[in-house]
Amino acid sequence: MRIGVVTFPGSLDDGDAARAVRLAGGETVSLWHGDADLHGVDAVVLPGGFSYGDYLRCGAIARFAPVMQPLVGAARAGLPVLGICNGFQILCESHLLPGALIRNDHRTFLCRDQRLRVDSVATAWTSAYETGTEIVVPLKNGEGGYVADERTLDELEGEGRVVVRYLGGNPNGSHRDIAGITNARGNVVGLMPHPEHAVDTLTGPTTDGLGMFESVLGSRVAP
Amino acid sequence: MPRVVVDVMPKTEILDPQGKAVHGALHRLGFDRVVSVRQGKRFEIELEGDLTPEVVAGIERAAGSLLANPVIEEFTIHVEG
Amino acid sequence: MTVDTVKHAAETPEHPQPWAELGLRGEEYARIREILGRRPTSSELAMYSVMWSEHCSYKSSKIHLRRFGELAQQTPVGKLLAGMGENAGVVDVGQGYAVTFKVESHNHPSYVEPHQGAATGVGGIVRDILAMGARPVAVMDSLRFGPAAAPDTARVLPAVVAGIGAYGNCLGLPNIGGEVVFDPAYAGNPLVNALCVGVMRHEDLHLAHASGVGNLVVLYGARTGGDGIGGVSVLASETFGDEGPSKRPSVQVGDPFTEKLLIECTLALFAEGLVVGIQDLGGAGLSCATSELASAGEGGMHVVLDRVPLRDPTLAPEEILMSESQERMMAVVAPAAIDRVLEICARWDVDASVVGEVTDSGRLTIEWRGETVVDVPPRTVAHEGPVYERPYARPFWQDDLQAAGPSSLARPAHPDDLRATLLRMIASPNLCSRAWVTDQYDRYVLGNTVLAQPEDSGMIRVDEQTALGVALATDANGRYAKLDPYVGTQLALAEAHRNVAAVGALPLAVTNCLNFGSPEDPDVMWQFAEAVRGLADGCRALGLPVTGGNVSLYNQTAAAAVLPTPVVGVLGVLDDVTRRTPSGFRTPGQTIYLLGTTRDEFGGSEWAHVEHDHLGGRPPAVDLDAERALAEILVRGSRDRLVEAAHDVSDGGLAQALVESCLRYGIGARVAVPAGIDPFVFLFAESAARAVVAVPRSAEARFTDLCSARGYPYQEIGVVGDAAGTPVLEVREQFSVPLAELRVAFESTLPALFAPAAAP
Repeated sequence: MRIGVVTFPGSLDDGDAARAVRLAGGETVSLWHGDADLHGVDAVVLPGGFSYGDYLRCGAIARFAPVMQPLVGAARAGLPVLGICNGFQILCESHLLPGALIRNDHRTFLCRDQRLRVDSVATAWTSAYETGTEIVVPLKNGEGGYVADERTLDELEGEGRVVVRYLGGNPNGSHRDIAGITNARGNVVGLMPHPEHAVDTLTGPTTDGLGMFESVLGSRVAP
Repeated sequence: MPRVVVDVMPKTEILDPQGKAVHGALHRLGFDRVVSVRQGKRFEIELEGDLTPEVVAGIERAAGSLLANPVIEEFTIHVEG
Repeated sequence: MTVDTVKHAAETPEHPQPWAELGLRGEEYARIREILGRRPTSSELAMYSVMWSEHCSYKSSKIHLRRFGELAQQTPVGKLLAGMGENAGVVDVGQGYAVTFKVESHNHPSYVEPHQGAATGVGGIVRDILAMGARPVAVMDSLRFGPAAAPDTARVLPAVVAGIGAYGNCLGLPNIGGEVVFDPAYAGNPLVNALCVGVMRHEDLHLAHASGVGNLVVLYGARTGGDGIGGVSVLASETFGDEGPSKRPSVQVGDPFTEKLLIECTLALFAEGLVVGIQDLGGAGLSCATSELASAGEGGMHVVLDRVPLRDPTLAPEEILMSESQERMMAVVAPAAIDRVLEICARWDVDASVVGEVTDSGRLTIEWRGETVVDVPPRTVAHEGPVYERPYARPFWQDDLQAAGPSSLARPAHPDDLRATLLRMIASPNLCSRAWVTDQYDRYVLGNTVLAQPEDSGMIRVDEQTALGVALATDANGRYAKLDPYVGTQLALAEAHRNVAAVGALPLAVTNCLNFGSPEDPDVMWQFAEAVRGLADGCRALGLPVTGGNVSLYNQTAAAAVLPTPVVGVLGVLDDVTRRTPSGFRTPGQTIYLLGTTRDEFGGSEWAHVEHDHLGGRPPAVDLDAERALAEILVRGSRDRLVEAAHDVSDGGLAQALVESCLRYGIGARVAVPAGIDPFVFLFAESAARAVVAVPRSAEARFTDLCSARGYPYQEIGVVGDAAGTPVLEVREQFSVPLAELRVAFESTLPALFAPAAAP
């Protein structure tokens, strides 16, 4: 199974996402932002980083990159897409996911090993977990506050589309302690924490993040 | 050269941590009558050629999709010069 | 605008020039005239003034720094691949890899504009590493501020930290360690020293040469604007001529996104072997890059200044030459390669322009609007600047300071007092947790960080297959250095050396950032000379080369100089990073040993500072042979898995080390004061050459043999873990403190002082 990892100008964790895919047993394909072609990959990761320097708004400019054109269409048709941190911001700016990410409420960048709970395993990227599992995954961002209007939040909760939630204190002011969400179909997932940095205990706090990449390798999304 | 100015502000219901920070700083400077501060962005766009209604409409569309994120921001447009 | 051309200069020898306003001395101006055989043009004057400034020419420090050049240019593993004089030293770490590292200061800008000053400091050192052909892989920072509770510290510190974070995080470089130190002596003169480390294969080494007549000179990166003009020299007056430029800002503003693109673009150029020579543009901008590249090569260079991409079209040629706009590099490229170079730059959206070519004239010539405005021998600009022999003398107050030792200060004796002292110490600004600062830095990006703060050293994995890695530590103690600059500097070296060994890495090489007051003050110059002598002698004793570094002088407000602060960075190598030894206690039941000898040494100590606001006496004794033996024990102990935790003992003494090792994973410890030593001395003395280790029972015999074989003193002082349910740190027959209470004291101080205030 071939998983594309997109590099935008300013993407930082693309290499780490690729490593995580390889560790999970998959094959990675580098996708260039300027190339409006997904090269037939079976899934896509939008990695963390500061695409376009986070200028204007995080992900606001990346959202219009040529590669996003085929990506949006494919995502709506069921292609599994994982947006990590900046990737989550891009998915929200593209309206593939509802809501938006704003500056952390305490106004500083925060890097820490974050306790999370997996609240939904009905997605292409969390099917390898058990509902309610507690995991520890690094969180590192300055604009990680998830916001949406009450109606959207109720809808997400009601439809079981909150995928991961913060435990042990809300690190950035996200509404309802939401750390990650999915679309109605469960193929597009966006989350602020970085599973690609929790794949090996030599360089990360746990291997709890590996499951996200194993999930997509084990799943086949119906067309 | 004609210029279009787009002002983008966070929606009132959205938490504005930067506005809060500025509010606190103003208070510390002695401006204790300040009740609220919100921080936004101003885009000054200069164009060549005439500023026809079509051109302005185009900028309005760009404002709604690029310059502002309608989920959390609202914008106003006015023409200068 | 009338341009001051070479022709015009030759014709108007008496034309008055603002050489004093540009920071030059009369004799320096005379020397320039002598070198050129005429008066300099205003562009040439600008170039010489920035390149001959203290920051660029090292004129006050050169004669002393020669001591480093006298050290053997090799590490315990092999010869150095490039040493001093190049942008940064390059060290062979085995398996065909080379590592380059350097620490640099950005002190004065960080007082003026803390966020941008610190951010551009990071940017500058990263470009230095890039210019050696390496991929930057990590950063560290060594920071010093005035008193923690002072209002100006509240202005400077959060912005410095935010600036370092904003720049480093956006570049995608993990921050793996550093220091934060508070002292009144730094009020008004904060110190921001930024370190960067890069990795490359041996064959990728790029030196700053411009060889090959006809090769093209390419300027790429950000456009040039009016940033930082006069940032390096002293530009008091704004005018160069009648229609001169209006006052330009002296603060540089950094754009980490552009630097990220610059890094990727440059590495792509390296990967295809397209670059013959390269230099980054830092202090003194184009003046530096052109003169350095030209003089390092074999011949000369011709530059067409009109081809420099400008952000501000009103800049005069001398302003273009002095601009310190960030995120720019200069590469020398063979003509056949230029198309591909421009293609790669375009792919990364990086502006690039061919601004000149390599010649065999032996001169650096620069033209503007078709006329020659610079025609100089490049070596005289870049390398043959003035060399001063500043007078220096031991300060008249040094003897009195050393005589005013801490022995008469009231000491806690009763267990309750010891307990209370411990809690005050660990909460004091220099000993408390730095998490509020370090949590603002990304430590994970690039996925190769094995150890980061609060561990003794930062550690980066270099090879994913073989697990080869490097470790880095930076240390300095301004108070020790004030009491005795020679010993104090050796103590900094010893501490960094010990910190690298503690994680299991073999120390290989040294870099340094020497932060001092005004070189015009003989007291300060004596401190500097002693520090350099101490570091050189210390490196010789430890068998380590100094691969390069930085000098920052004039850290002074009126008569008040900063504490002499030589920051020493040590690089070490570890063949297998999976064997690294972290500092926290993890397994109850393991035996805790204290290695080394504890003496009644409190001169310059944290205890004297925190409890009595006292600075006097002599710093702890330094014994580099002991440090060497200790390092061998720690490295072997780590490699052979005889120790599960190791932590160096330094500021705050043994008590501080024990608290940190307990709080790391929340596992307590029970220790006992050995017979024959006073509990206060045991807990708080700052004797050097000591470490605390946790040894599994099964390894104890082999570990103690390791120590005995070297005749190294060791004492079993306790055991990891505790009998009770709640984890505590217990000092038998003295006191016991629950970890929860220690944690509150340790972790609350910096957030209480610096976390943003809540809105009303």
